[in-house]
Amino acid sequence: MKIALAIVVIVIVIGSVAAYIYLSAPPALQPAILHGAGATFPAPFINATIAYYTANVQTNVQIDYPGGGSGAGIKAFTDKTVDFAGTDAPLTASQREAAPNALHIPETIGAITVAYNLPGVPTGLKLTGQIIADIYLGTITKWNDQAIQNLNPTTTLPDQTIVTVHRSDSSGTTNWFTKYLSSVSSTWKSQVGSGTSVQWPGGTGASGNPGVAATVRSTDFAVGYIELAYALQNSITVATIQNPAGNWVAPSLASTKAAAESLTGLPAGDQDWGSVSLLNTLGEQAYPIVTPTYILVYKELNVYSGMDQNKATQLVQFLWYLVHDGQNLASDLEYAPLPSNVVQVDEASLNSITFNGQTLRTH
Amino acid sequence: MRLKSLKKKLTGDNTFRVLTAIVAASAIVILVVAAYVLSTGAVPVVQRFGLYFFTGTSWNPVEGRELYGALPYVLGTLATSGIALLIGVPLSLGIAIFLVEMAPQKVRVPISYLVELLAAVPSVIYGLWGLLVFRLWLQKYIEIPVYNYLGWIPIFATEGGGTPVGLDLLNGGIILAIMIIPTVASVSKEVISAVPDSIREGAYSIGATKWEVVRYWVLSYGRSGIFGAVILGLGRAVGETIAVTMVIGNAIGPNAMPTSLFQPAQTMASLIANGFLEAPTPLDTSAYIGVGLTLLLVSLLINIIAHIMVARILKIKGGAVE
Repeated sequence: MKIALAIVVIVIVIGSVAAYIYLSAPPALQPAILHGAGATFPAPFINATIAYYTANVQTNVQIDYPGGGSGAGIKAFTDKTVDFAGTDAPLTASQREAAPNALHIPETIGAITVAYNLPGVPTGLKLTGQIIADIYLGTITKWNDQAIQNLNPTTTLPDQTIVTVHRSDSSGTTNWFTKYLSSVSSTWKSQVGSGTSVQWPGGTGASGNPGVAATVRSTDFAVGYIELAYALQNSITVATIQNPAGNWVAPSLASTKAAAESLTGLPAGDQDWGSVSLLNTLGEQAYPIVTPTYILVYKELNVYSGMDQNKATQLVQFLWYLVHDGQNLASDLEYAPLPSNVVQVDEASLNSITFNGQTLRTH
Repeated sequence: MRLKSLKKKLTGDNTFRVLTAIVAASAIVILVVAAYVLSTGAVPVVQRFGLYFFTGTSWNPVEGRELYGALPYVLGTLATSGIALLIGVPLSLGIAIFLVEMAPQKVRVPISYLVELLAAVPSVIYGLWGLLVFRLWLQKYIEIPVYNYLGWIPIFATEGGGTPVGLDLLNGGIILAIMIIPTVASVSKEVISAVPDSIREGAYSIGATKWEVVRYWVLSYGRSGIFGAVILGLGRAVGETIAVTMVIGNAIGPNAMPTSLFQPAQTMASLIANGFLEAPTPLDTSAYIGVGLTLLLVSLLINIIAHIMVARILKIKGGAVE
């Protein structure tokens, strides 16, 4: 009898304590699992943010972003098998039709470096876009070509044939690099053009940023194009390139951010981003080959059959974190943080996301 | 009673026969399904470019300029596989002959084991080794000296007269040669072991040297089996993907025509591995599937030719071993 009484008392005490805790706590988000996929370029940044966010900020959520490539990301997003997707190229008109009400959320900015392997020549060789195009076209074949020597009068350039290295896989990096070459060289534009893969006039193909970097580093007199984050992490010698303002700019986080800062008149998240380009921006210290990369998310989240208010809120809050506090992680990983003008556009886009017509608490 | 058990045995045999027939038929079904899927996938690109797809050299996926021709990759596949056979087959035969005819027991077992172990090394490991290690040796000790003296010969030429880079047709062929050695060597070893000792004894008794025994009796007796081993190796060389992709230099379009050993090239398998996953448009996807179909056709063709050749060899020389 005494024992039974004791049990009743204990149950009542524990129950009331639990009820007190439950009722006094703020309405916490329920557990949710979010799936992403897409571009590999921002994947290290996105995954680092996910790891920090799920461990320290919102422990009630699981997020995965296995990469897979921009093309795969757009396909999964259109098929609604992922809650958000990463892509280096904005949606085309036909892709926008297939995925109506998609929002573009720029989440980090990349730059493409022109890396070279010239024994005895330190980082910072001066090259113009025109010269880079001519090298890849095969019209400039030697390192001591007059055009290169004139820009670098004090550098001893070898009388050696230039070995060009390009991406053999289809890639967003190739897309922006060839777009840049098309913008500075009419010959390139008419003979080769731009795209995620093109018919290269010559040279050696290697797979992925690591493949191009490894080939350039191990091949004397080679030149290749590599993402900034990858070049910085591996301390590869890279060219300084002349921007439209006439300044010689080395690729760096600062010169990448400068390119994005000088960008005005960004479209709203749900508009066409096809014409947004960070190539050849007009900032004094802007690096000329800078590339945006986007997260895609639907503006009305009830397009998913498995979506609910809680999961939608989890998704929006993660993306909010990604473009705000997550940017601090970006610098550590050699990704350029978003400038405030881009963050403002992202805030407006994320605030416009609804579930069943209701706006969601973003932070 | 005896009759009954016989009947039962027969039904058991029948069941077994039907089961094995189904399994055997599945091989045909898989081939037919693969050919069908590849053919339907290739329709858009073949419809649009017709014969050009098989004879053209351009490969341009840029929007508005699409043009797809698979010829350089067909030739690249044949060239790398040819180099692989030229290098790999003599080495494999040497290994097989040594192991069966000359090696003492103590050496034979560990070496056979090691050769077979080579086949267990994943191809990506060969690719990494070819890219990071072997390529530099090849460039330094073979390509640059040969290029300096014989660079005027077209097959040793380089693009724009530059130094050979080591990521080219030759490296692709050599990596493939290394990869087919375990297959060709182990099968040849079995074939040579199967040659009856009476043949050897007969040859020795008429005064033949070891070389003559091997050359005129053993190899001759086992030639169709050895030919089969070579075809197995060729099959692996034609289809090998990742290792080749890593070392062949991945040229594209007219540049991929395998005109020189020291030039980057491309095989059908490496082209598909490079581009298929991120093909930007449906037409582009179709072009890669078309290359897949071509690869299947080339493999079938090689096998058919091989069978005809085996039959002819046996007919002409009056073969002893099937």
